[in-house]
Amino acid sequence: MSTNTESNKYTLLFAIGMVVIVGSLLAFTASSLAPNIDVNKRLEKQQNILYAMGVNENEGSSATFVSTEKAPELFNQYITEQIIIQGGNITTSDEAYLVDVKKQQSNAKAGIDRKLPLFIGEKEGQKYYIAPILGKGLWDAIWAYVAMDENMVIQGAYFDHKGETPGLGANIKERFFMDDFIGEHLMENGTFKGITVSKSNADPKNIDKTDYEVDAIAGATITGDGVAAMIKSELKLYVPYFKSLNN
Amino acid sequence: MGLLSKKDSKLILDPLADNNPITIQVLGICSALAITAQLKASIVMSISVLFVLGVGNVVISLIRNIIPSKIRIIVQLTVVAALVIIVDLVLKAFAYELSKELSVFVGLIITNCIIMGRFEAFALGNGPWRSFLDGIGNAAGYGVILIIVGFFRELLGSGTLMGVKVLGDPIEKTGLYAFGYENNGFMLLSPMALIVVGLIIWVQRSRNKALIED
Repeated sequence: MSTNTESNKYTLLFAIGMVVIVGSLLAFTASSLAPNIDVNKRLEKQQNILYAMGVNENEGSSATFVSTEKAPELFNQYITEQIIIQGGNITTSDEAYLVDVKKQQSNAKAGIDRKLPLFIGEKEGQKYYIAPILGKGLWDAIWAYVAMDENMVIQGAYFDHKGETPGLGANIKERFFMDDFIGEHLMENGTFKGITVSKSNADPKNIDKTDYEVDAIAGATITGDGVAAMIKSELKLYVPYFKSLNN
Repeated sequence: MGLLSKKDSKLILDPLADNNPITIQVLGICSALAITAQLKASIVMSISVLFVLGVGNVVISLIRNIIPSKIRIIVQLTVVAALVIIVDLVLKAFAYELSKELSVFVGLIITNCIIMGRFEAFALGNGPWRSFLDGIGNAAGYGVILIIVGFFRELLGSGTLMGVKVLGDPIEKTGLYAFGYENNGFMLLSPMALIVVGLIIWVQRSRNKALIED
């Protein structure tokens, strides 16, 4: 080749050409895969919600969802109602599904009433109220689906995270941590107390369900604090709704 | 090996032991520290690096004669970044579970110095086939160390392998734990990865004196 690959003009043209090629290649890949990714995300949400209310395929000590093929069908079967709570208004809506918790959090900061999605499910005669919540871990977002009964006693929880440290903070999505929440009370004599992820827990086997504490994961202090803060600030918002249920 | 000439098979076999990117060249240490707390993560990371380095080396080798040398590092970075994003998207679309396992590691591949190192040191001066072999070899050498470190850290730190409790249940006190064995939580922290890598380096050099520098 006789082109001078060291000239400024060539360098500039090469850079532009490269950006165009790589950019369009990535844009093409992203847009052609987008529908698949959306479906995966929706199915995952259904699996998470079902998991929280105890519809899962747990075996041994690992957390296993219902399969993606079965998820939509089971979701329709178990989730009887989806509601959106905004201020004092409660509306039934199949759109509860699409409420973006993160966007609602920033809305709340801007002074707009938050839309709080809540999924109501029924299994073996018992009602489950499942709230999606979002908070901050050590590195990035953490979120959870918490299933409660009418008295805000936790019936099941599924935690997940975007980028917590593997083997440490990432363990919040392991059953040994999540299962500790089952049966824990959130309310103390009518006031909301939340749950602390405690390093000095006097109850490591988690027998006392009204101590408002679960055992922390060693080496994951900040992620654990994030979980506690998320539960305290987010689930608190649902208190008025649960109070109205019991009146 | 009948398929490969002696020189070619050396490209694959050398990085596995005597010219290992981690233990001899001491490259890619950062990711070896960050993600080896679990065996599964180590394996997935190894496979992803294998793909990115194999394909990336070929791409760089194919365009090696037209890259302006002034911006070659940026070009290399762009190739790695593009490949990593494609891997990420494909995983999200077709293997969602796996992509959730990987989460941050996919992004970490971009910062892996082995990849840039091989582009710079090998792919820029060799043909596509040899570059491909070199990429595969180095990624495998990297993967082997990652898997060894991940194996020991997960086994000694959490008492599990691939998430399976191989040593018994630490809370129920079954298996080894019945005899008073305890997990060493220290193994889960990054410094222990460095110590394990150090031990591997020690063993390797004491077996092959030729590797010892002055």
